[in-house]
Amino acid sequence: MYTSLTNRRSFLKKMAVLSAMTAAATMFPGILFAEEQEEGLPKGNLDWKKAPCRFCGVGCGVLVGVENGKAVAVKGDPKSPVNKGLCCVKGYHSVMALYGKDRLTKPLVKKNGRYVETSMDEALDLIASKMKETINDYGKDAVSIYGSGQWTIPDGYVASKLFKGCIGTNNVEANARLCMASAVTGFMTSFGIDEPMGCYDDIDHADVFIMWGNNMAEMHPVLFSRLLDQRMRRGVKIIDFATRTTRTSMAADKSILFLPQTDLAVANAICYEIIANGWVHKEFVAKHCNINKGLTNIGYGLEDNFSFKDQPEKIDFEAYKKFLEDYTPEKVEKYSGVSAKDIKYLASFYGDPNKKVMSLWCMGMNQHTRGTWINNLVYNIHLLTGKISTPGNSPFSLTGQPSACGTVREVGTLTHKLPHGVVTNKEHREFAAKIWDVPVENIPAKPTYHTVEMFRALDRGDIRFMWIQVTNPMVTMPKLKRYRDGAKKEGRFIVVSDVYPTPTTDIADVILPSAMWIEREGMYGNSERRTQYFEQMVAPPGEAMSDTWQIVEVAKRMGYEKQFYYKKESHIEEIYTEYRKHHANKKHNMAPLAVLKENPGMQWPYVEGKPTKWRFNATYDPACSNNEAFHFYGKPDGKAVIWQRPYEPAPEEPDQEYPFWLNTGRVVEHWHTGSMTRRIPVLHKAMPHAYVELNPDDAERMQIKNGDKVRLTTRRGEIILPASIKQRGIPAPMQVFVPFFDESMLINDITLDSFCPISKEPDYKKCAVRVEKA
Amino acid sequence: MPIISYLAHPYKGKKDNLVQEISRVKGCEVIPAQNEELLIVVTETSSKQEEEILKAKLDAIPSMKLLTMVSGFETPID
Ligand code: SF4
Repeated sequence: MYTSLTNRRSFLKKMAVLSAMTAAATMFPGILFAEEQEEGLPKGNLDWKKAPCRFCGVGCGVLVGVENGKAVAVKGDPKSPVNKGLCCVKGYHSVMALYGKDRLTKPLVKKNGRYVETSMDEALDLIASKMKETINDYGKDAVSIYGSGQWTIPDGYVASKLFKGCIGTNNVEANARLCMASAVTGFMTSFGIDEPMGCYDDIDHADVFIMWGNNMAEMHPVLFSRLLDQRMRRGVKIIDFATRTTRTSMAADKSILFLPQTDLAVANAICYEIIANGWVHKEFVAKHCNINKGLTNIGYGLEDNFSFKDQPEKIDFEAYKKFLEDYTPEKVEKYSGVSAKDIKYLASFYGDPNKKVMSLWCMGMNQHTRGTWINNLVYNIHLLTGKISTPGNSPFSLTGQPSACGTVREVGTLTHKLPHGVVTNKEHREFAAKIWDVPVENIPAKPTYHTVEMFRALDRGDIRFMWIQVTNPMVTMPKLKRYRDGAKKEGRFIVVSDVYPTPTTDIADVILPSAMWIEREGMYGNSERRTQYFEQMVAPPGEAMSDTWQIVEVAKRMGYEKQFYYKKESHIEEIYTEYRKHHANKKHNMAPLAVLKENPGMQWPYVEGKPTKWRFNATYDPACSNNEAFHFYGKPDGKAVIWQRPYEPAPEEPDQEYPFWLNTGRVVEHWHTGSMTRRIPVLHKAMPHAYVELNPDDAERMQIKNGDKVRLTTRRGEIILPASIKQRGIPAPMQVFVPFFDESMLINDITLDSFCPISKEPDYKKCAVRVEKA
Repeated sequence: MPIISYLAHPYKGKKDNLVQEISRVKGCEVIPAQNEELLIVVTETSSKQEEEILKAKLDAIPSMKLLTMVSGFETPID
């Protein structure tokens, strides 16, 4: 695309300016370089078309500039209410991810240990026949599909229809299990229905923002700039509550550090304070809440075939109050590392009836062996004070991926889910079967494997065929070595659909080249229930094909022509129209395609031509029907649940042999495993490799300097990384942090595959590690 | 052939002066923010050593409070 040196130099200069503008925008709310930003864009006859950004769950609206059949520029869409014209460094550079030199353009089939190019037809024939053969030899539950929160809505929909509806196995999972499952079970247990009640407009109304283990400045940069903007305009307060000092902490008004896992205790202590100070909104709680307790000592999922089922039991307010006596700020201070004063400080904002509070979280609370519980506990705080479902009073779970909500949670591409409801419910199965035009008996009533267990089943040989689309589990699975070795065992057949070679394509028997983002048509759904449509803007390279159409082609080859009746030229519209039928009710109605095409996305429930911004609040939500101000209609009695959940320790805590905590996560420059962003020179140069962040005092004591090699050893293995001290983030003493984007330094080889027994989401934030100068 | 971008923070009230001073340094482009006390500086030099000398020059400007690097790119020689 950018061939001549002069062009390349001026291009890089523009990129350098853009990076600086992005960094400035993160630090200074509403900073303007407007003219230069426009000047930085390529001139000429660009055709600008709207799309949601490909990277991250914020779901910024972007305009993509197309020239001579190539996407050459991106700018923020000023019409998008999400980002109001802004973009972060990944968004600005996103089109470059289409044009990496090593794009997969031809199907590859492994023969005698070598990949051989083949035609798409042959590759799809092979996949269909292998699936049939596996089902014949080992049964339906021996085939599986593992997708992604980067699947478009039609991708996930056809996958679920093929596997659950036609083949008849619930072996459908997606990588959002690794990032959002605890948010889902948090919503389901507290409210009986998934996804946030509020929306990004809450940012414009809240007075205080409390970030629960959420490095928003790096992970949701455009949304964070909206917070900073509000601080400049209205003097709002931003409080960072985390285990590590990050860019978010540095930009916040106050940073409070807690010891890993003790967020559970602090959340309970806040509730204790709310009750002790008489800040409970008694009328709201009496009218709209039940109080439940569940089982305790619920395990960590470390053993194969682990299973757990909670047993909720109603309790009264007095019993709950008594339970909280173990969580006075003074008691919790002793093991959380948070002073009683700071706990009271946090509680005072929630308790002040004149302050609107938004709690924000993402991986810190979700990737947690008690992920469901900590989600419940933050909802407790908002429910006790009645600060929920009104503009600015909003517990808000953010998503990481562009369509974790749209595809995984709404389409239901998880083993227990259907587009509407769950497989265990007969009526839900009947409803799905009718729309799918399959016998209801096809859909098994029992869920099979969640993600970690699915890879364990592959290792054991219970699963023999796995199709992986738009995700890179050979970088992201915890305790990776077991699952890599398992996937390579004899008698396993792995299909990988992707855009670039990755460690996951390395384990494939068939590699299918996929059309990426604007090389095909589709929709994503972001964190605030906004569904956004994008048209095909450029042609995919070589034989690359959309993931949707790959599945449709295989389904037809397996004999499901009747169910996969879609025509090539109109299949996205046909699939979306069919999908909408699953949600055709006031609680979840999706906007018609024509509306999505016209607008920068539309929020569901879309009722009588209008999006619903605040659910469960009768002023805004037409689905409320109890003649009260609030109606938590996800639960049969219309009441939300305050959960009694205790603090329980992490499964593996530092000890003499492994004295540090290991925390893993992301960086602003890279999208997850870096398979796309590491091919964007600007981003790769800005963040070329992984590192281990150490606390400066630990580093000094161990005589480790920046760039020195450091050996990290856990019970799973060891890895050597360069040290990073006071560069990006600063871990607390006796803690280290490693980003996971770098496939040449696979930190997940040494992480632990424990998970929340309710959500089955692994905890990537906590295990014990030994740290030595290498 | 390094191309580096920086954020330059002037001392209070010295933004215009800093813009002028940086504009005089060869190999530098400066883009002041319209509504904040902050400038973007982009430098283009032919070697790492030259870049270091240039950075030292920028650091020495009296109205410069803080200069932080944002991104660095290496353009190929051929
Ligand atoms: S914040 Fe997320 S959605 Fe917005 S531009 Fe950046 S990566 Fe894209």
